This record gives sequence, structure tokens and C-alpha cells, in this order.
Amino acid sequence: MKSLKMESILNGRSSQPHQLIEVLQDVQETYGYIPEEAMKEISEKLGVLLIEVYRVASFYKAFKLKPSGKYVITICNGTACHVRGANLLLDQAVSQLGIKPGEITDDGLFSIEHVNCLGACALGPIASENGNLGHHMTPAKLRKFIDSIRRKEREEVVNASPQY
Amino acid sequence: MPHLNTKEDLEIMGKQLLLDREKINKTIIMCGGTGCTASRSRDVIDALNKELVIQEMDNEVHVRVTGCHGFCEQGPIAVIEPGNIFYCHINPEDAHDIVTKTVKNGEIIERLLYTDPVSGEKVCKESEIPFYKAQDRKLLFQNREVNPQSIEDYIAIGGFTALAKALDTLAPEEIIREIKISGLRGRGGGGFPTWRKWMECHEAPVDEKYVICNADEGDPGAYMDRCVLEGNPYLVIEGMLIGAYAIGATRGYIYVRNEYPLAVRHARNAVQQARRYGLLGENILGSSFSFDIDVARGGGAFVCGESTALMASLEGKVGEPRPKDVHTVVDGLWHKPTTLNNVETWANVPSIILKGASWFNSKGTRGSKGTKILALTGRIKNTGLVEVAMGTTIRHIVYDIGGGATNGKAIKAVQTGGPSGGCLSVDKFDLPVDFDVLYEAGSMVGSGGMVVMDESSCMVDVAKYFLTFLQDESCGKCVPCRLGIDRMLEIVTDITEGRGTLEQLELLEDLADTVTQTALCGLGKTAANPVLSTLRYFREEYEAHIIDNKCPAGVCKALIEYYIDPEKCTGCGTCKQACIHNAITGEKKEVHVINTDLCQKCGICRSECKFEAIQVS
Repeated sequence: MKSLKMESILNGRSSQPHQLIEVLQDVQETYGYIPEEAMKEISEKLGVLLIEVYRVASFYKAFKLKPSGKYVITICNGTACHVRGANLLLDQAVSQLGIKPGEITDDGLFSIEHVNCLGACALGPIASENGNLGHHMTPAKLRKFIDSIRRKEREEVVNASPQY
Repeated sequence: MPHLNTKEDLEIMGKQLLLDREKINKTIIMCGGTGCTASRSRDVIDALNKELVIQEMDNEVHVRVTGCHGFCEQGPIAVIEPGNIFYCHINPEDAHDIVTKTVKNGEIIERLLYTDPVSGEKVCKESEIPFYKAQDRKLLFQNREVNPQSIEDYIAIGGFTALAKALDTLAPEEIIREIKISGLRGRGGGGFPTWRKWMECHEAPVDEKYVICNADEGDPGAYMDRCVLEGNPYLVIEGMLIGAYAIGATRGYIYVRNEYPLAVRHARNAVQQARRYGLLGENILGSSFSFDIDVARGGGAFVCGESTALMASLEGKVGEPRPKDVHTVVDGLWHKPTTLNNVETWANVPSIILKGASWFNSKGTRGSKGTKILALTGRIKNTGLVEVAMGTTIRHIVYDIGGGATNGKAIKAVQTGGPSGGCLSVDKFDLPVDFDVLYEAGSMVGSGGMVVMDESSCMVDVAKYFLTFLQDESCGKCVPCRLGIDRMLEIVTDITEGRGTLEQLELLEDLADTVTQTALCGLGKTAANPVLSTLRYFREEYEAHIIDNKCPAGVCKALIEYYIDPEKCTGCGTCKQACIHNAITGEKKEVHVINTDLCQKCGICRSECKFEAIQVS
């Protein structure tokens, strides 16, 4: 794990235990999750016990301990989205992708996140893909959206295959 | 970029910037907040700028990209000044017409005007739109005046003059007295008198003190803090500066949700700009006052809305609260006296100092002064951020600003205050937005979430929704919260799944009471409010589930069946295509049928049927 990326994240932060959450935020942003090796390195550099790093990383929702799919479908479950039928979106995503929130499809393409509020309540229900918000979502819109990503990925595979 | 060494430097710069600003006589104010960005406002902004260059008007017309205007539902939105012309649902393709017709020739483009859903009429001016007209936008109005990435914009409209006044003419005690007279109470949820926190912290005999801005808006259904911090971070920083000076703090933190990337970016940028102008740092505006701010990203934990948990999180630890026998104003961050206020509270401070306490407290009720920003959402026509004077009735907000129900369904409740608040029935709609009145009614103003529900919402399901949320967010440190919420959720789940008994309702109330009285922190102490308030105002819905085995709203899956009304079904096949469980059969143009053995009751077919043929029994 001794990578340049980790080095730049930890640069100037050694022996500063209070920087733990900020460091984890940067690791999450860089890798899409918190790898075990990264936790060990953080523990060493910041001077925080490994178990404490793990405790913090597993406590906050911002941190994932497993890698996410290439496309993260996030369904907002805030109150405003809930009363406008956010559950339908979750049912749609779960059934269509065959995975539960927090899981990843076998091909590594998709994962689903079910979050408490994305703060765009007036436009609910909201579903987002890798941070891009989709507003006034319906199960049909979401279905088409997921299908379109699959199509795009298939085309890319077909186009790329002669090179191998 | 000049370093502002004195109050006079700031004044001169402000005047110059205002002159520069007035030289440009036409401005297109484009909303670039999170809501409008989701509606592709960036593409519209690019198209407008391009069009201005093509028309060679880029020197005389300015496109000001601002934070949220509040009317997110209508995004992307723009206001063209002079003229106050309001355009909504703008597409990039409209840029040519906007520039050549409206900006150049003052022509109004009918298709971009807002149509009032109540009267059905087109409205031309922003100030005449009922949604805005019925509000009192003291804080939110400033958003449209400022590009949130330009401290110069803020200085041009008089930014930091309240700070200059405080440093130049007011002693810390005088500032605290002014805040006391203003009657400002915490906007984050508790409604605690702001001056008392400041006074205690000011009096603490320690040199090192901190101020914190809580921008970890975890309430689902609330986004007013995001909008203020994202739209005008300088206002928050100025409020913190004045507070820090009054308290004697040398360092501040803005603790902001990482789920709000735009707010994080704007806050960081604003801090850097303020440092460059010398508005943060040593000897601010030539005074002896030194202060700086760091922006810290929250990890996404609702419990961090609790001050002690937030401070633990800032120290890099797990966000668990601690008993508050010693207050954080005495023993807070790093065990130093710390004053924590939320975004909206800090944002109110500069105006109070500049215009005086009586300006602020002329609005409001006896115990709740000033204005409050509310996130008005749910099943109503106009959703968005609204700002009203404290004391405004719920009815006025839901019907006059919100435009009433959508789809002709009857409104039955409003949920205020997020997971710590409660649900109020329609017969309580004449209650005013007032910290004490809503608390008495079993809910709270909270941070200002206001979710309107109609007859399609099941109130038992709503209670279950909040308990599920709170169970997930409980940090688990204290038993009443950890286990109490679990048990309450078990009972409510029993009721929604047809296993409930009337005795369980008593047990539920008993449990709710115990959790309220014994939990360690605010999250647990208020966790029972959604249950208690729905039991208080919608008991008949609980009883319908238990006695009649029915969910009147048709929401609770175990108690409902879906069927297709053969009279209404056109055989279009949309439902069959939409059903993810292959539970619908039927030939094209023939009546379709739901196989109840396969149906998972998700309701997707119903949401997609254009003929209302899918019914619930």
C-alpha cells in the first residue's frame, strides 16, 4: 500500500491523531473505500491504535470498508423523498441489479447505497449516480438509466475486444 | 488582492466595488445551487456566457452565478435585473432568446415565465410570485446578491461592516447584550438562547477558546444550512468572527457534511479569500483581535448534531456524546470553552450587530424572534426553501406559499423538526412557527424541516420510517436509546405487519416515555417524538391497522393487495413491462391481471400506470 497517493494524503499530518477523520475522508475519496492496508499505514503515521482507526472508519457512514461498483446508484431516503415514493426506487434498483444496498454486482459495475438525505429535498425523490443528482425520479426513469449504463458498458467491451 | 489593515480600508474597497458593480447595468442572476445544478443550470450558464460573447454584450451584461434562490422545484431559474424578470425551467437552448430578446430589447419570453399552479396565470416578476411574495426573506435574499465564490461581491453589498463596527465601537459584553436583546435563539433545533452560550463562554477564565459552526445538517428533509453556507459562506464567517470576538476565541471550525460537496468547496474557498484580505488571521482590520477558521468535513453521523459528539468528531474520534453535566461552553473542544451554533444562527449575527437588536426582534413572537428558514417539501405544489417571520402559521406556509395539495389529494399532516420533531394534523395548522408553541404541541421547529403529507402517507409507516432512521443512527452508547428504539421499532413493525394488539399501544407509550426521560443525549431524548405525536394525532390509523387489519393509506405491504381495475385498464402493457417480479400478465390491448402469489407489493406498476387502473384494497 506504500503508494504515492497515500504518501501525499499523509504528508504533513504525521503524529496528528485529530486528523484521522480528514485522512480517512481523503482515502475514501481517492480509493472509493478504506483498504485494510491503508488503515495500517494511517495507524502508524498518525500514532492512532489500529483498532481506533477501524472503529472510526466503521462508525461513520462516509467510509466504506469494501470497494464500490464503478457506478454507485444512491437512493436518497430522506423524509421528503420517502413521502414521494423513494421506496419504489429502492425496490427497482434492488430487483433490477439483484443486489442489496451496500453490495456490489458480480461484474463490479454497480453498487447501491441507501442514504439518509442528500439535501435536495424539494426535488425528490432523488437518485444519484456517482454524485450526479437525478431529480423527480421514477422507477421507469431509473430502470432506463441503469439499462443505458449496461448498454454503454457492453458497447465499450465489444469495441475494446479486438485489441486483446 | 489588498490586505485590509483598517476599517477605512474596508470602507474604501466596499465603495469602489459597489461603483464597479453599478457600472454594469444588466445582470442575469442564475441560480447555481445544488438543486438547480441537478437541473443542469451549469449548461444554461455556459450557454448564456457564450451567447453574450457572440452578441458582443459580455462587457455590459454580467451573469452572476449565485447560491440557492429557494424555489428549487422550478430550476434552473434566473432573475434578470433590472426588471426583476423571473424565468424558470430554462434550457441551454433558451440562452439565445434570453440574450437577444429579454436582455437586449426588454421583451418577455412567455414560455419561460412561471405559471402559478393555483390561479393558472403567468407571472412575470419574481417579487409577484406568490411563493416569494408571501415570504420575509431577510437571509435568503442575500443569496441572489452574491456569487458565493467572490468575497468582493459580499464586500460590495456591505459585507464585513458589521465586523468592523463590532471591532471598532463595541466591547464584547456589549455585543452579547445586543444578541440578548435581539432574542436570537439557536436555529439548529434546540432553540437555546444564543447569548447565554456566548456569555458563559465569554466568562470562562481560560485563554484558549473555540467557536464552531455546525453545518452537519443531518436531519432528513432539511437543507437550509446547506443553502446558506453554499450560497453565502462569507455571512457565516462574519457571524463567527463577531461571535469569536465577543467570546474571546482565537480559532473556529466549520464542521460541514461531506454529502454537501458544494458547501465544502465554497466554505474552503471563502476562508482562503478571507485570509488573503486579512479578514481572518492576525490583528483583523488593525485591531488586537486575531482569529482563524478551519473547515472540517463530517463523517456522516446524525448523532454528530449533538454538540459533544460533534466535538469528539472534530478531535478525530468516534462521534459519541458524553453527559453534559459540565457544559461545552466551559469544557468543550480539546476540553476548552467552546461555543457551537449552527449555520443559520451565525448567519443572523451580522445583521443584528449592524442594524440593531430592535430591527431583528421587531419580527416574531414573544419567545421566538426574527425569521426562520424552512425546507418546505413533500406533497405540495411549491416546494423549496422559504423564510418567514417567526409566528407565521403553518397554514399560511402550506397553502399560501406552498400552494396546497398536489393531485387533488387532501393534505393530512405536516412533519416538522425532522426525526426529533413530530407530525401535526391539519387541525393544528393554525399554530404559529414558534419554538415553544410547537414544542407544546408535541413537535418542534427543529432546524426547520417541514414535510407535508397527504392521504397517501400512512402515519404508522411514517413513525416506522423515523424509528428505522434513528435505530440506524443511534451511536449505541446508552441503553435507553440503543434498546429502547429497537423495541419501539419492533412494536411499530408488528402493527404495520398486522400482528399488533391494542395493549402494545400502551407499551409503546410507556417505552417512549422511558426513552425520553433516560437517554443520554438529544437524539435519544427526542427519539420517541415521531411515535408519540402520531399516536396523539393519528391514533385512529394505528387502531385501523390493529383492529381492522387495514392500512387506510394503502401503504403497509402486509395489509394490502394490488389489483387491476378492468374498467380502467387499456391493456397498454406499461405495468407488465415495469413489473420487476413478472407478476403481471395480459395481452396487448386486453385487460391485464396481477398474480398475487408473485406480487411483492412494491407499487412500481401503480406509479407508472397513466390510467389509474391499478388499485389497492
